[in-house]
Amino acid sequence: MKKLYDTLIFDLSKEGRIGYQYKEKHLDEVNLPTDLIRSTPASLPEVSEFDVVRHYTNVSQKNFGVETGFYPLGSCTMKYNPKINDELATIKGFANIHPLQPEHTMQGLLQIYYETQEMLSKISGLKAYSLNPFAGAHGELAGLMIIKAYHQKNKDEKRTKIIVPDSAHGTNPASATVCGFDVVEIKSNIDGTVNVDALKAVLSDEIAGLMLTNPNTAGVFEKDILEISKLVHEAGGLLYYDGANLNALLGHAKPGDMGFDITHINLHKTFSTPHGGGGPGSGPVGVCEKLVEFLPNPIVTKKGDTYHLELAKDSIGNLGMFYGNASVYLRAYVYLRTLGKENIKDVGSLAVLNANYIKESLKDIFDLPIEGNCMHEFVFDGLKDSSTGVKTLDIAKRLLDYGYHAPTIYFPLIFHQSMMIEPTEVESKDTLDGFIEIMRTVAKEAIENPELVKTAPHTTIVRRLDEVKAVKQPILKYKDIQ
Amino acid sequence: MHKYLPHTNQEIKEMLDKIGASSIDDLFDKIPKSLKIKKDYDIPEAMGDDELTNHMHDLANKNQELLIFRGAGSYDHYTPSAVKALISRQEFLTSYTPYQPEVAQGTLQYIFEYQSMVTELTQMDVSNASMYDGSTATAEAMFMAHAQTGKKEILVSSTLNPRIIDVIKTYAHYKGLTVTLIPEKDGITDVNFIKANIQDKMGVIVSNPNYYGIIEDYNGLADIIHEAGGLFVINQEGQSLALLKTPGELDADIACGDLQSLGIPLSFGGAYIGYLATKQKYVRKMPGRICGITTDVDGKRAFVLTLQAREQHIRRAKANSNICSNQSLNALAVTIYLSLVGKEGFVKFAKESLNGAHYLYNKLLETKKFEKVYDKPFFKEFVLKANFNVEKFNSYLLDQGILGPLQIKDDQLLFAVTEKRTKAELDLLIEKVVNFK
Repeated sequence: MKKLYDTLIFDLSKEGRIGYQYKEKHLDEVNLPTDLIRSTPASLPEVSEFDVVRHYTNVSQKNFGVETGFYPLGSCTMKYNPKINDELATIKGFANIHPLQPEHTMQGLLQIYYETQEMLSKISGLKAYSLNPFAGAHGELAGLMIIKAYHQKNKDEKRTKIIVPDSAHGTNPASATVCGFDVVEIKSNIDGTVNVDALKAVLSDEIAGLMLTNPNTAGVFEKDILEISKLVHEAGGLLYYDGANLNALLGHAKPGDMGFDITHINLHKTFSTPHGGGGPGSGPVGVCEKLVEFLPNPIVTKKGDTYHLELAKDSIGNLGMFYGNASVYLRAYVYLRTLGKENIKDVGSLAVLNANYIKESLKDIFDLPIEGNCMHEFVFDGLKDSSTGVKTLDIAKRLLDYGYHAPTIYFPLIFHQSMMIEPTEVESKDTLDGFIEIMRTVAKEAIENPELVKTAPHTTIVRRLDEVKAVKQPILKYKDIQ
Repeated sequence: MHKYLPHTNQEIKEMLDKIGASSIDDLFDKIPKSLKIKKDYDIPEAMGDDELTNHMHDLANKNQELLIFRGAGSYDHYTPSAVKALISRQEFLTSYTPYQPEVAQGTLQYIFEYQSMVTELTQMDVSNASMYDGSTATAEAMFMAHAQTGKKEILVSSTLNPRIIDVIKTYAHYKGLTVTLIPEKDGITDVNFIKANIQDKMGVIVSNPNYYGIIEDYNGLADIIHEAGGLFVINQEGQSLALLKTPGELDADIACGDLQSLGIPLSFGGAYIGYLATKQKYVRKMPGRICGITTDVDGKRAFVLTLQAREQHIRRAKANSNICSNQSLNALAVTIYLSLVGKEGFVKFAKESLNGAHYLYNKLLETKKFEKVYDKPFFKEFVLKANFNVEKFNSYLLDQGILGPLQIKDDQLLFAVTEKRTKAELDLLIEKVVNFK
């Protein structure tokens, strides 16, 4: 068992220690009125620079990253985050630019913004993009606002409902609610695809739109997508594409061609920007021609050889202080220019090949609820032989012992023991074979020594956690410990 | 072959054999023929590494790095170099949200440390794991006030940064909430307007310092708002928390704002980081992730995401917010920054900003080229009225590599001075002003 580094930065504090080097100006001291100033300083740690460096190096080693090992987390597209992206996105000429500089002093950044919009348009088949949304869920919110603004402009204000399949990501219904819509959930087919009859039953002149992920959260392409988009459009609704699973389609199909009016794209999934332990991400929102005027402010335009910040005519408004997470879309830009048109088409192919290879190699021992070819990911519904009571959670935890990250578990909700596996295109056959072998080992252990699996993990720095205790006796800050 | 795509032709063949498909295209059999892409995307061809490096440097050179005296929500601060080095570690940079806590104790621990520091800074009971930026954090604070009180109208001070007001208005409009602006009086929030209009409102949002850099006096405001059953929200940027009376001391219910000034580069306006902190009694209305402490089966201390019953992946359409991430890596940057500058440096830098801003303010007035607009206490930003052509002035400064103040209306200019500006730089600006014709 590995040694647990269990020190908090506050525990290292020694009065008087500092970790910065700064030359004071020695100007006159300003005294603010006493009723406007804080009475006691914040109890921040007092530590040296080396204390901080060693502490956070130790803390980092308690984490599993994409570079540590295979990270088959379904729906999250944990692909390699290229080093050149990090290097080039953080050079001084980008990092040191104030967002309120005059346009002519930030033409390079505006050009990157513009060209990234253009490339995303070409790849997804939508007319125009804004890079302003900060994350996937933020892009969803932007897209729903656009749907609402569109219907409001058409004086069609009875359209208050958004249809969401029950296989959708949780953010879909939550975003619709935040945007002031009522959510109509429809039951999916057994493979998570849209049940066309269920869809027809809820279509009416109160429907503002349908939110859809394609391929869906079970890794299945919506084969009826053209009929679905026709039905929604005939009913006067708009089609929203949740781009979480776009990776599968690279080189093969465009959401715009399928009839989607609005998309968001997760740059931190398909376009290789790092997840950062939960953010910052970036969720550009794209629209078809008739919705361009509703994009969030500001938009970047090109006139002749120069780039400009402008306000869209019927914009939904501002979604953030400035122009989105620039440090993230700079990385996506570098990625796109590294792959180029001749390589990007292989991304979808190899991601799908990898997923099918794992699926076919393990379906004899894991329960495969959806037969046939999958896209970039697929779902197992637990072990085929569940007689010893070993569940998906146990398998996930046991994988950690073997140095693999667990798949996404218990999502999608349409299966009880979901284990959603997404290898991405960057993993070699060798890596996949290693994973397959360990999955078979764990399945064997589940029969021969179920307790070993049910009590996993055994080798991680901490083992299974008491989550109930964390809720019942909340300790949410250092002072709560003392 | 491509450096990010490791498959050899032989391996592809073996994999297809295992699957029982004759080609990769066969795997895409569910995509209708009419939807299949027939030619390459209309995007540029791949660039070699050196070519791309040169290209990016060329683009970077089309941006001008300037000596900055402008703020308005984005501040040019000193950041110790250890911050960037540490957040670049792949274990932090490339990991996902800590859904498997046994192998994500690193992320969870620094979120816990971050929350601890934010509660120290604000003197609030509890902080979440961070929000997108200061503006969306403020909009989410409005949603919290709505969820808590059930009321639909909020009072927002006109002295907030107009960009934040815009975001609040966008969020409110689509959610069906009403934003009523509190007029400003001589650069500060008109408290009499609040007194007269607070009934039946979900609460009040003010900022400190306000858009003009003025430190407003919010003593006693909490009582007025609480008596009417509303929530008191203070938007405050990071560095000012070192000096000003804290949201906790002012009995605010929610503290929010941007922490960019604590270790995050200017970076064209993003990615930044919003914070959100509240009183214990409102924690279940708080959006976003929260990290807590528990024990594992062996009794060891461990960190874990907690109180998740609030969040979208559980509550779906009933959630108060749709956020499903945080600005985690930037929360780490802030945590490392605050550790390095520490208890003493945090206050020292705020004072250096304060002193520098006042030095510049007084010297500019001495040139007789400016007049006072407000005569109120201020922190690191201030407004002066110019006795000359403002556009000409700023382009004159730009020609000399200086980003001058932001023109906020007619002849009024908003200056910002941070601890990063040396006395020589301040004197340089003053000299330029003196020489400006």
